[in-house]
Amino acid sequence: MKFAVIRFPGSNCDQDCVGALAAIPGASADYVWHKDTSLAGFDAVVVPGGFSYGDYLRCGAIARFSPIMKSVKEFAAAGGPVIGICNGFQILCESGLLPGALVRNRGLHFVCRHVFLKVEQADSRFTRAASAGQILNIPIAHGEGCYFADEETLASLNRNGQILVRYCDKDGNTSDAANPNGSRENIAGIRNEAGNVFGLMPHPERACDPALGSTDGLVIFESILNG
Amino acid sequence: MKALVTVMPKPSVLDPQGAAAAEAMRHLGLDNIGRVRIGKVVEIDLPHGADEARLHEIARDLLSNPVIEDYTLEVVK
Repeated sequence: MKFAVIRFPGSNCDQDCVGALAAIPGASADYVWHKDTSLAGFDAVVVPGGFSYGDYLRCGAIARFSPIMKSVKEFAAAGGPVIGICNGFQILCESGLLPGALVRNRGLHFVCRHVFLKVEQADSRFTRAASAGQILNIPIAHGEGCYFADEETLASLNRNGQILVRYCDKDGNTSDAANPNGSRENIAGIRNEAGNVFGLMPHPERACDPALGSTDGLVIFESILNG
Repeated sequence: MKALVTVMPKPSVLDPQGAAAAEAMRHLGLDNIGRVRIGKVVEIDLPHGADEARLHEIARDLLSNPVIEDYTLEVVK
């Protein structure tokens, strides 16, 4: 399975993503520049983290209008798997591929540390290698990761099982104390209604090697791979 | 001519910047203040006769995010 890792000016997790994917048997990855217009030959798309366009205006607001995003939208509309990580999640929300938005962290600080995530749905294209309720140890690194959506959107996300991971403590309690950024309902990652687009603030590509303290991120990429 | 686009967070969206600024104002002795909200103003220089409907589209699609923000557009001749 060949992954396209999109590179915008200011992306900085693109190499981590390619490195993590290249080490997984059965996966390969290559960079796609934001001015390119084709995703031909790729089986999955990763929109990586970073600070595309310097986070000017709003995080992901300008990347949304990059030439490659038209192809990413067509790829998603055709059912291809798309995962947005951190800034990639922000870009997918700005693009309208995922509902809601990411705003400034409740505590105003940039938060960079390992957190625990509870897998809420283990039947999705992005979490099926996990078990329901499994707790993942994956790092976050963001200043604007507070997930916001109105009541109606939250209700439909819950109803459709679109909330795949929530912030929790080490015992799996999705408490306010375990919420690092003020996200509504401790939401760390959601999928679209069709189930083939996933965005999350934590960085699974930074948790794919024992030397980095956790290999729990592999579960996400292996789920995509086993499709 | 100029267009001024004012973008403000929606009332239902958490605005920690505004809350922090309000707290600093209270420390400085400005009592009895209510909620403080921080937004942004985008000033655009334009040729005369610019298409106002197009400006609204740009304000809605690029300069603001309707999920979390409201905008107002003012054209100054």
